[in-house]
Amino acid sequence: MKILSVSHLSKNYHDLKDEIPAIKEITFDLEDQEFISIVGPSGCGKSTFLSILSGLDQQSDGEITFHKKNCKVGYMLQKDSLFPWKSVLENCLVGLEVEGKVKEEDKKEVLRLLKTYGLSEFQDKYPKSLSGGMRQRVALIRTLALKPDILLLDEPFSALDYQTRLALSDDVYQIIKKEKKTAIMVTHDLAEAISISDRIFVLSKRPATIKKIYEVKLTNKKTPIHNRKCKEFSAYYDQIWRDLDVHV
Amino acid sequence: MSMFSQEHQAFLKKKKRGKRKIIFFRIFILFLFLALWEIASDQKWINSFLSSSPKLIFQTILSLIKTNDLWQHVGITIFETILSFLIASFLGISIGAFLWWHPMIEKIVDPYLTVCNSLPKVALGPLIIIWVGASTRSIIFMALLIATFLSIIDIYQSFVTTEQNYIILMKSFHATKRQIFLKVILPSNIGQIIKSLKINIGMSFIGVIMGELLVSKKGLGYLIMYGSQVFNINLVISSVFLLGLLSFSFYYLICLFEKQIQKKNGSTE
Repeated sequence: MKILSVSHLSKNYHDLKDEIPAIKEITFDLEDQEFISIVGPSGCGKSTFLSILSGLDQQSDGEITFHKKNCKVGYMLQKDSLFPWKSVLENCLVGLEVEGKVKEEDKKEVLRLLKTYGLSEFQDKYPKSLSGGMRQRVALIRTLALKPDILLLDEPFSALDYQTRLALSDDVYQIIKKEKKTAIMVTHDLAEAISISDRIFVLSKRPATIKKIYEVKLTNKKTPIHNRKCKEFSAYYDQIWRDLDVHV
Repeated sequence: MSMFSQEHQAFLKKKKRGKRKIIFFRIFILFLFLALWEIASDQKWINSFLSSSPKLIFQTILSLIKTNDLWQHVGITIFETILSFLIASFLGISIGAFLWWHPMIEKIVDPYLTVCNSLPKVALGPLIIIWVGASTRSIIFMALLIATFLSIIDIYQSFVTTEQNYIILMKSFHATKRQIFLKVILPSNIGQIIKSLKINIGMSFIGVIMGELLVSKKGLGYLIMYGSQVFNINLVISSVFLLGLLSFSFYYLICLFEKQIQKKNGSTE
Protein backbone atom coordinates (compact mmCIF):
# COMPACT_ATOMS: atom_id res chain seq x y z
CA MET A 1 0.00 0.00 0.00
CA LYS A 2 1.31 3.40 -0.93
CA ILE A 3 1.46 5.94 1.87
CA LEU A 4 3.19 8.89 0.21
CA SER A 5 3.77 10.12 -3.31
CA VAL A 6 6.16 12.89 -4.20
CA SER A 7 6.07 14.18 -7.74
CA HIS A 8 8.30 16.70 -9.51
CA LEU A 9 9.34 18.29 -6.24
CA SER A 10 11.66 21.28 -6.62
CA LYS A 11 13.06 23.80 -4.21
CA ASN A 12 14.96 27.00 -4.85
CA TYR A 13 16.71 29.18 -2.34
CA HIS A 14 16.91 32.90 -2.77
CA ASP A 15 19.39 35.43 -1.62
CA LEU A 16 19.99 38.95 -2.81
CA LYS A 17 22.52 37.95 -5.43
CA ASP A 18 21.19 34.73 -6.71
CA GLU A 19 18.57 32.04 -6.97
CA ILE A 20 20.00 28.69 -5.97
CA PRO A 21 18.20 25.53 -7.08
CA ALA A 22 18.57 23.05 -4.20
CA ILE A 23 16.27 20.25 -5.31
CA LYS A 24 15.11 19.51 -8.83
CA GLU A 25 12.30 17.25 -9.98
CA ILE A 26 12.26 14.57 -7.33
CA THR A 27 9.59 11.93 -7.86
CA PHE A 28 8.97 8.72 -5.91
CA ASP A 29 6.40 6.65 -4.04
CA LEU A 30 6.76 5.38 -0.51
CA GLU A 31 5.19 2.12 0.63
CA ASP A 32 3.63 1.71 4.05
CA GLN A 33 6.11 0.44 6.67
CA GLU A 34 8.98 0.86 4.29
CA PHE A 35 12.36 2.09 5.48
CA ILE A 36 14.22 4.18 2.94
CA SER A 37 17.52 5.98 3.22
CA ILE A 38 18.66 8.98 1.29
CA VAL A 39 22.37 9.37 0.65
CA GLY A 40 24.16 11.99 -1.36
CA PRO A 41 27.17 14.28 -1.40
CA SER A 42 27.27 16.71 1.50
CA GLY A 43 25.35 19.92 0.98
CA CYS A 44 23.23 18.41 -1.79
CA GLY A 45 19.91 19.26 -0.17
CA LYS A 46 19.10 16.06 1.72
CA SER A 47 18.06 17.89 4.85
CA THR A 48 16.11 20.45 2.86
CA PHE A 49 14.13 17.59 1.42
CA LEU A 50 13.14 16.36 4.89
CA SER A 51 12.30 19.90 5.97
CA ILE A 52 9.85 20.16 3.11
CA LEU A 53 8.25 16.80 3.83
CA SER A 54 7.84 17.76 7.49
CA GLY A 55 6.20 21.06 6.60
CA LEU A 56 8.98 23.16 8.11
CA ASP A 57 9.80 24.47 4.67
CA GLN A 58 7.78 25.05 1.50
CA GLN A 59 8.55 23.52 -1.86
CA SER A 60 8.94 25.82 -4.85
CA ASP A 61 7.23 23.42 -7.16
CA GLY A 62 5.76 19.92 -7.28
CA GLU A 63 3.29 17.88 -5.34
CA ILE A 64 3.37 15.90 -2.10
CA THR A 65 0.43 13.54 -1.62
CA PHE A 66 -0.32 11.52 1.47
CA HIS A 67 -2.50 8.52 0.71
CA LYS A 68 -3.65 8.06 4.25
CA LYS A 69 -6.23 10.30 5.85
CA ASN A 70 -4.69 12.72 8.37
CA CYS A 71 -1.29 11.27 7.72
CA LYS A 72 1.04 12.53 10.40
CA VAL A 73 4.72 13.16 9.91
CA GLY A 74 7.21 13.01 12.78
CA TYR A 75 10.58 14.67 12.39
CA MET A 76 13.61 13.52 14.35
CA LEU A 77 16.31 16.13 14.06
CA GLN A 78 20.03 15.63 13.87
CA LYS A 79 20.55 17.10 17.32
CA ASP A 80 18.44 15.66 20.09
CA SER A 81 17.58 19.16 21.39
CA LEU A 82 16.35 17.80 24.70
CA PHE A 83 15.40 20.66 26.99
CA PRO A 84 17.85 20.66 29.89
CA TRP A 85 15.28 22.20 32.22
CA LYS A 86 12.79 19.38 31.75
CA SER A 87 12.99 15.81 32.98
CA VAL A 88 13.19 12.93 30.51
CA LEU A 89 9.47 12.21 30.82
CA GLU A 90 8.57 15.89 30.42
CA ASN A 91 10.80 16.07 27.36
CA CYS A 92 8.95 13.16 25.81
CA LEU A 93 5.67 14.98 26.35
CA VAL A 94 6.73 18.29 24.76
CA GLY A 95 5.27 17.46 21.35
CA LEU A 96 1.99 16.34 22.85
CA GLU A 97 1.80 19.50 24.95
CA VAL A 98 2.18 21.61 21.85
CA GLU A 99 -0.64 19.71 20.16
CA GLY A 100 -2.96 20.34 23.07
CA LYS A 101 -3.66 18.73 26.38
CA VAL A 102 -1.71 15.62 27.27
CA LYS A 103 -4.25 12.86 27.70
CA GLU A 104 -3.78 10.18 30.31
CA GLU A 105 -3.59 7.50 27.62
CA ASP A 106 -0.89 9.45 25.74
CA LYS A 107 1.15 9.63 28.90
CA LYS A 108 0.68 5.92 29.47
CA GLU A 109 1.89 5.27 25.96
CA VAL A 110 5.00 7.36 26.54
CA LEU A 111 5.66 5.54 29.80
CA ARG A 112 5.30 2.25 27.94
CA LEU A 113 7.79 3.38 25.29
CA LEU A 114 10.25 4.52 27.96
CA LYS A 115 9.92 1.19 29.67
CA THR A 116 10.18 -0.88 26.50
CA TYR A 117 13.33 0.91 25.45
CA GLY A 118 15.08 0.72 28.79
CA LEU A 119 14.69 4.29 29.96
CA SER A 120 12.05 4.05 32.67
CA GLU A 121 14.54 4.35 35.52
CA PHE A 122 15.67 7.66 34.01
CA GLN A 123 12.25 9.15 33.39
CA ASP A 124 12.51 11.64 36.26
CA LYS A 125 16.17 12.44 35.65
CA TYR A 126 17.38 15.41 33.66
CA PRO A 127 18.90 14.95 30.19
CA LYS A 128 22.41 15.87 31.31
CA SER A 129 22.65 12.58 33.21
CA LEU A 130 22.01 10.57 30.03
CA SER A 131 24.56 9.23 27.57
CA GLY A 132 24.46 10.28 23.92
CA GLY A 133 22.73 7.09 22.83
CA MET A 134 20.11 7.39 25.54
CA ARG A 135 19.43 11.00 24.63
CA GLN A 136 18.85 10.00 21.04
CA ARG A 137 16.43 7.30 22.15
CA VAL A 138 14.55 9.83 24.25
CA ALA A 139 14.38 12.08 21.19
CA LEU A 140 12.93 9.19 19.20
CA ILE A 141 10.32 8.49 21.87
CA ARG A 142 9.44 12.19 21.89
CA THR A 143 8.77 11.89 18.17
CA LEU A 144 6.93 8.57 18.46
CA ALA A 145 4.70 9.98 21.23
CA LEU A 146 2.85 11.95 18.58
CA LYS A 147 1.95 8.70 16.81
CA PRO A 148 3.33 9.71 13.41
CA ASP A 149 2.64 7.52 10.39
CA ILE A 150 5.87 8.54 8.70
CA LEU A 151 9.09 9.20 10.54
CA LEU A 152 11.72 11.49 9.08
CA LEU A 153 15.17 10.91 10.50
CA ASP A 154 17.86 13.49 9.80
CA GLU A 155 21.23 11.83 10.41
CA PRO A 156 19.98 10.52 13.72
CA PHE A 157 23.24 8.86 14.70
CA SER A 158 25.82 11.26 13.36
CA ALA A 159 26.64 12.82 16.72
CA LEU A 160 27.43 9.49 18.36
CA ASP A 161 30.61 7.48 18.69
CA TYR A 162 30.96 4.43 16.47
CA GLN A 163 29.95 1.72 18.94
CA THR A 164 26.93 3.59 20.25
CA ARG A 165 26.01 4.32 16.70
CA LEU A 166 25.92 0.66 15.70
CA ALA A 167 24.00 -0.38 18.79
CA LEU A 168 21.54 2.46 18.50
CA SER A 169 20.85 1.96 14.81
CA ASP A 170 19.91 -1.61 15.73
CA ASP A 171 17.64 -0.31 18.50
CA VAL A 172 16.02 2.34 16.39
CA TYR A 173 15.43 -0.09 13.55
CA GLN A 174 13.68 -2.48 15.90
CA ILE A 175 11.64 0.28 17.51
CA ILE A 176 10.48 1.50 14.13
CA LYS A 177 9.63 -1.99 12.88
CA LYS A 178 7.87 -2.91 16.12
CA GLU A 179 5.77 0.25 16.13
CA LYS A 180 5.04 -0.41 12.44
CA LYS A 181 6.23 2.95 11.19
CA THR A 182 7.31 4.11 7.79
CA ALA A 183 10.65 5.88 7.80
CA ILE A 184 12.79 8.11 5.63
CA MET A 185 16.33 8.53 6.88
CA VAL A 186 18.96 10.94 5.64
CA THR A 187 22.49 9.75 6.27
CA HIS A 188 25.99 10.12 4.94
CA ASP A 189 27.00 6.72 6.27
CA LEU A 190 26.63 4.25 3.41
CA ALA A 191 27.06 1.17 5.60
CA GLU A 192 24.31 2.43 7.87
CA ALA A 193 22.02 3.02 4.90
CA ILE A 194 22.62 -0.45 3.39
CA SER A 195 22.25 -2.27 6.68
CA ILE A 196 19.05 -0.58 7.77
CA SER A 197 16.94 0.22 4.71
CA ASP A 198 14.63 -1.47 2.24
CA ARG A 199 15.51 1.02 -0.45
CA ILE A 200 18.26 3.58 -0.88
CA PHE A 201 17.94 6.76 -2.91
CA VAL A 202 21.20 8.17 -4.16
CA LEU A 203 21.02 11.89 -4.78
CA SER A 204 23.20 13.84 -7.17
CA LYS A 205 25.15 16.98 -6.41
CA ARG A 206 23.16 20.21 -6.08
CA PRO A 207 20.57 20.70 -7.48
CA ALA A 208 19.65 17.33 -6.05
CA THR A 209 17.92 14.83 -8.30
CA ILE A 210 17.44 11.12 -7.69
CA LYS A 211 20.42 9.59 -9.41
CA LYS A 212 19.66 6.00 -8.61
CA ILE A 213 17.37 3.88 -6.48
CA TYR A 214 18.64 0.66 -4.93
CA GLU A 215 16.38 -2.06 -3.67
CA VAL A 216 18.47 -3.61 -0.92
CA LYS A 217 18.20 -7.37 -1.23
CA LEU A 218 20.29 -9.22 1.29
CA THR A 219 20.32 -12.96 1.92
CA ASN A 220 19.25 -13.69 5.48
CA LYS A 221 18.20 -10.11 6.17
CA LYS A 222 17.78 -9.54 9.90
CA THR A 223 18.87 -6.62 12.06
CA PRO A 224 21.20 -3.83 10.91
CA ILE A 225 24.27 -5.13 12.74
CA HIS A 226 23.71 -8.61 11.40
CA ASN A 227 23.03 -7.32 7.88
CA ARG A 228 26.54 -5.92 7.68
CA LYS A 229 27.78 -9.50 7.46
CA CYS A 230 25.60 -10.42 4.48
CA LYS A 231 27.53 -11.32 1.38
CA GLU A 232 25.93 -8.68 -0.85
CA PHE A 233 26.79 -5.90 1.56
CA SER A 234 30.15 -4.85 0.15
CA ALA A 235 28.92 -4.98 -3.44
CA TYR A 236 26.22 -2.46 -2.60
CA TYR A 237 28.78 -0.36 -0.77
CA ASP A 238 31.12 -0.26 -3.77
CA GLN A 239 28.34 0.51 -6.17
CA ILE A 240 26.87 3.37 -4.16
CA TRP A 241 30.28 4.78 -3.38
CA ARG A 242 30.96 4.96 -7.10
CA ASP A 243 27.57 6.64 -7.68
CA LEU A 244 28.42 9.33 -5.19
CA ASP A 245 31.48 10.16 -7.24
CA VAL A 246 33.41 11.75 -4.42
CA HIS A 247 36.58 13.66 -5.19
CA VAL A 248 38.60 14.93 -2.32
CA MET B 1 31.32 10.82 55.02
CA SER B 2 33.04 7.89 56.67
CA MET B 3 32.14 5.83 53.63
CA PHE B 4 34.77 7.65 51.59
CA SER B 5 38.25 6.32 51.15
CA GLN B 6 41.13 8.06 52.85
CA GLU B 7 42.26 9.48 49.59
CA HIS B 8 38.86 11.03 49.00
CA GLN B 9 38.72 12.42 52.53
CA ALA B 10 42.08 14.02 51.99
CA PHE B 11 40.78 15.50 48.76
CA LEU B 12 37.73 16.97 50.50
CA LYS B 13 39.91 18.34 53.27
CA LYS B 14 42.18 20.02 50.76
CA LYS B 15 39.22 21.58 48.97
CA LYS B 16 37.84 22.87 52.25
CA ARG B 17 41.19 24.24 53.33
CA GLY B 18 41.51 26.08 50.03
CA LYS B 19 38.12 27.69 50.52
CA ARG B 20 38.96 28.75 54.07
CA LYS B 21 42.20 30.28 52.85
CA ILE B 22 40.31 32.41 50.34
CA ILE B 23 37.86 33.67 52.95
CA PHE B 24 40.68 34.35 55.41
CA PHE B 25 42.63 36.45 52.95
CA ARG B 26 39.58 38.38 51.89
CA ILE B 27 38.95 39.45 55.47
CA PHE B 28 42.65 39.91 56.12
CA ILE B 29 43.00 42.42 53.27
CA LEU B 30 40.07 44.43 54.60
CA PHE B 31 41.56 44.54 58.10
CA LEU B 32 45.00 45.35 56.83
CA PHE B 33 43.58 48.23 54.83
CA LEU B 34 41.56 49.57 57.77
CA ALA B 35 44.46 49.18 60.18
CA LEU B 36 46.92 50.98 57.89
CA TRP B 37 44.41 53.74 57.36
CA GLU B 38 43.84 54.12 61.10
CA ILE B 39 47.54 54.08 61.91
CA ALA B 40 48.30 56.55 59.14
CA SER B 41 45.78 59.02 60.44
CA ASP B 42 46.76 58.48 64.11
CA GLN B 43 50.40 59.08 63.31
CA LYS B 44 49.38 62.12 61.30
CA TRP B 45 50.95 60.70 58.11
CA ILE B 46 47.74 61.75 56.44
CA ASN B 47 45.34 64.52 57.31
CA SER B 48 42.33 62.91 58.96
CA PHE B 49 40.26 66.01 58.30
CA LEU B 50 40.57 65.38 54.59
CA SER B 51 40.73 61.62 54.48
CA SER B 52 38.92 60.64 57.66
CA SER B 53 39.75 57.39 59.48
CA PRO B 54 37.99 54.14 60.30
CA LYS B 55 37.40 55.27 63.88
CA LEU B 56 35.87 58.56 62.77
CA ILE B 57 33.68 56.76 60.25
CA PHE B 58 32.51 54.38 62.94
CA GLN B 59 31.67 57.32 65.22
CA THR B 60 29.86 59.14 62.44
CA ILE B 61 27.72 56.11 61.68
CA LEU B 62 27.02 55.62 65.40
CA SER B 63 25.82 59.18 65.77
CA LEU B 64 23.68 58.80 62.65
CA ILE B 65 22.09 55.75 64.27
CA LYS B 66 21.54 57.66 67.52
CA THR B 67 19.73 60.49 65.81
CA ASN B 68 17.68 57.98 63.87
CA ASP B 69 18.82 59.59 60.62
CA LEU B 70 20.65 56.53 59.36
CA TRP B 71 17.59 54.34 58.81
CA GLN B 72 15.75 57.13 57.13
CA HIS B 73 18.52 57.80 54.64
CA VAL B 74 19.44 54.19 54.03
CA GLY B 75 15.78 53.19 53.93
CA ILE B 76 14.83 55.72 51.29
CA THR B 77 17.80 54.74 49.13
CA ILE B 78 16.92 51.05 49.41
CA PHE B 79 13.29 51.78 48.65
CA GLU B 80 14.12 53.84 45.57
CA THR B 81 16.61 51.29 44.31
CA ILE B 82 14.27 48.34 44.68
CA LEU B 83 11.38 50.21 43.10
CA SER B 84 13.51 51.24 40.11
CA PHE B 85 14.92 47.74 39.87
CA LEU B 86 11.47 46.18 39.76
CA ILE B 87 10.12 48.61 37.18
CA ALA B 88 13.26 48.41 35.03
CA SER B 89 13.27 44.61 35.14
CA PHE B 90 9.61 44.43 34.26
CA LEU B 91 10.07 46.85 31.36
CA GLY B 92 13.23 45.10 30.24
CA ILE B 93 11.66 41.67 30.10
CA SER B 94 8.36 42.73 28.57
CA ILE B 95 9.82 45.09 25.97
CA GLY B 96 12.59 42.56 25.23
CA ALA B 97 9.91 39.94 24.65
CA PHE B 98 7.89 42.33 22.50
CA LEU B 99 10.90 43.03 20.29
CA TRP B 100 11.62 39.30 19.97
CA TRP B 101 8.02 38.85 18.90
CA HIS B 102 8.18 41.61 16.30
CA PRO B 103 11.58 41.46 14.58
CA MET B 104 10.58 44.18 12.14
CA ILE B 105 9.91 46.66 14.93
CA GLU B 106 13.18 45.65 16.56
CA LYS B 107 15.07 46.47 13.37
CA ILE B 108 13.35 49.84 13.17
CA VAL B 109 14.02 50.92 16.75
CA ASP B 110 17.49 49.37 17.06
CA PRO B 111 19.49 52.57 16.38
CA TYR B 112 17.29 54.53 18.78
CA LEU B 113 17.79 51.97 21.51
CA THR B 114 21.54 52.05 20.99
CA VAL B 115 21.64 55.85 21.21
CA CYS B 116 19.38 55.90 24.27
CA ASN B 117 21.55 53.31 25.94
CA SER B 118 24.90 54.94 25.29
CA LEU B 119 23.80 58.51 25.98
CA PRO B 120 25.29 59.64 29.33
CA LYS B 121 22.13 60.04 31.38
CA VAL B 122 23.61 62.57 33.83
CA ALA B 123 23.43 64.99 30.95
CA LEU B 124 19.67 64.71 31.16
CA GLY B 125 19.66 65.57 34.88
CA PRO B 126 18.67 69.23 34.50
CA LEU B 127 15.96 68.30 32.01
CA ILE B 128 14.54 65.66 34.32
CA ILE B 129 14.35 68.15 37.16
CA ILE B 130 12.50 70.61 34.93
CA TRP B 131 10.11 68.03 33.51
CA VAL B 132 9.49 65.72 36.43
CA GLY B 133 10.25 68.06 39.30
CA ALA B 134 12.76 67.80 42.12
CA SER B 135 11.21 64.84 43.88
CA THR B 136 11.50 61.11 44.42
CA ARG B 137 9.84 60.72 41.04
CA SER B 138 12.76 62.27 39.23
CA ILE B 139 15.19 60.01 41.11
CA ILE B 140 13.27 56.93 39.99
CA PHE B 141 13.07 58.39 36.51
CA MET B 142 16.83 58.83 36.36
CA ALA B 143 17.40 55.28 37.61
CA LEU B 144 14.98 53.91 35.02
CA LEU B 145 16.71 55.79 32.22
CA ILE B 146 19.99 54.20 33.21
CA ALA B 147 18.76 50.68 33.88
CA THR B 148 15.93 50.08 31.42
CA PHE B 149 17.60 50.44 28.04
CA LEU B 150 20.47 48.22 29.00
CA SER B 151 18.02 45.70 30.36
CA ILE B 152 15.93 45.71 27.18
CA ILE B 153 18.97 45.22 24.96
CA ASP B 154 20.34 42.49 27.21
CA ILE B 155 17.10 40.52 27.44
CA TYR B 156 16.38 40.88 23.74
CA GLN B 157 19.89 39.68 22.88
CA SER B 158 19.54 36.59 25.03
CA PHE B 159 16.09 35.85 23.55
CA VAL B 160 17.30 35.99 19.95
CA THR B 161 20.36 33.90 20.65
CA THR B 162 18.30 31.05 22.06
CA GLU B 163 19.48 27.67 20.76
CA GLN B 164 18.00 27.53 17.25
CA ASN B 165 17.56 23.77 17.35
CA TYR B 166 15.05 24.08 20.19
CA ILE B 167 13.00 26.42 18.03
CA ILE B 168 13.24 24.19 14.95
CA LEU B 169 12.10 21.30 17.11
CA MET B 170 9.09 23.29 18.31
CA LYS B 171 8.31 24.31 14.74
CA SER B 172 8.40 20.66 13.69
CA PHE B 173 5.59 20.16 16.22
CA HIS B 174 3.78 23.07 14.51
CA ALA B 175 4.03 25.16 17.66
CA THR B 176 2.62 28.69 17.67
CA LYS B 177 4.84 31.66 18.41
CA ARG B 178 3.24 31.93 21.83
CA GLN B 179 4.07 28.30 22.58
CA ILE B 180 7.63 28.77 21.40
CA PHE B 181 7.97 31.77 23.68
CA LEU B 182 6.48 30.15 26.76
CA LYS B 183 7.98 26.70 26.35
CA VAL B 184 11.43 27.52 24.98
CA ILE B 185 12.46 31.17 24.97
CA LEU B 186 11.48 31.94 28.55
CA PRO B 187 12.61 28.76 30.35
CA SER B 188 15.85 28.43 28.39
CA ASN B 189 16.80 32.00 29.26
CA ILE B 190 16.19 31.93 33.02
CA GLY B 191 19.93 32.05 33.63
CA GLN B 192 20.34 34.96 31.23
CA ILE B 193 17.44 36.82 32.81
CA ILE B 194 18.97 36.47 36.25
CA LYS B 195 22.29 37.67 34.87
CA SER B 196 20.57 40.74 33.52
CA LEU B 197 18.82 41.25 36.88
CA LYS B 198 22.26 41.33 38.51
CA ILE B 199 23.38 44.08 36.16
CA ASN B 200 20.04 45.77 36.55
CA ILE B 201 20.21 46.11 40.33
CA GLY B 202 23.64 47.70 40.02
CA MET B 203 22.41 50.10 37.36
CA SER B 204 19.32 51.05 39.37
CA PHE B 205 21.55 51.73 42.34
CA ILE B 206 23.84 53.96 40.30
CA GLY B 207 20.82 55.76 38.89
CA VAL B 208 19.27 56.33 42.30
CA ILE B 209 22.47 57.75 43.80
CA MET B 210 22.94 59.95 40.75
CA GLY B 211 19.37 61.17 41.14
CA GLU B 212 19.84 61.77 44.84
CA LEU B 213 23.02 63.75 44.21
CA LEU B 214 21.02 65.95 41.86
CA VAL B 215 17.77 66.60 43.65
CA SER B 216 16.97 64.87 46.90
CA LYS B 217 16.51 65.85 50.52
CA LYS B 218 16.98 62.30 51.79
CA GLY B 219 19.02 59.23 51.01
CA LEU B 220 22.69 58.34 50.93
CA GLY B 221 23.29 60.38 47.81
CA TYR B 222 21.89 63.38 49.61
CA LEU B 223 24.16 62.71 52.62
CA ILE B 224 27.18 62.71 50.34
CA MET B 225 26.11 65.96 48.70
CA TYR B 226 25.30 67.57 52.02
CA GLY B 227 28.56 66.33 53.60
CA SER B 228 30.63 67.78 50.80
CA GLN B 229 28.82 71.11 50.96
CA VAL B 230 29.51 71.55 54.69
CA PHE B 231 32.96 69.98 54.24
CA ASN B 232 32.17 67.09 56.55
CA ILE B 233 34.45 64.49 54.96
CA ASN B 234 33.59 61.97 57.67
CA LEU B 235 29.98 62.05 56.58
CA VAL B 236 30.90 61.72 52.89
CA ILE B 237 33.19 58.74 53.43
CA SER B 238 30.78 57.08 55.87
CA SER B 239 28.06 57.33 53.25
CA VAL B 240 30.34 55.91 50.59
CA PHE B 241 31.14 53.06 52.96
CA LEU B 242 27.42 52.41 53.49
CA LEU B 243 26.91 52.49 49.72
CA GLY B 244 29.49 49.77 49.33
CA LEU B 245 27.78 47.70 51.99
CA LEU B 246 24.40 48.17 50.32
CA SER B 247 25.56 47.28 46.83
CA PHE B 248 27.16 44.15 48.21
CA SER B 249 23.90 43.19 49.95
CA PHE B 250 21.84 43.79 46.81
CA TYR B 251 24.17 41.61 44.78
CA TYR B 252 24.15 38.94 47.44
CA LEU B 253 20.33 38.89 47.52
CA ILE B 254 20.14 38.28 43.76
CA CYS B 255 22.69 35.49 44.10
CA LEU B 256 20.51 33.87 46.79
CA PHE B 257 17.53 34.19 44.48
CA GLU B 258 19.55 32.61 41.67
CA LYS B 259 20.46 29.66 43.89
CA GLN B 260 16.80 29.16 44.81
CA ILE B 261 15.81 29.07 41.15
CA GLN B 262 18.58 26.65 40.31
CA LYS B 263 17.50 24.36 43.12
CA LYS B 264 13.94 24.42 41.88
CA ASN B 265 14.99 23.70 38.31
CA GLY B 266 17.22 20.81 39.28
CA SER B 267 20.25 22.93 38.34
CA THR B 268 20.16 23.10 34.56
CA GLU B 269 23.52 23.04 32.86
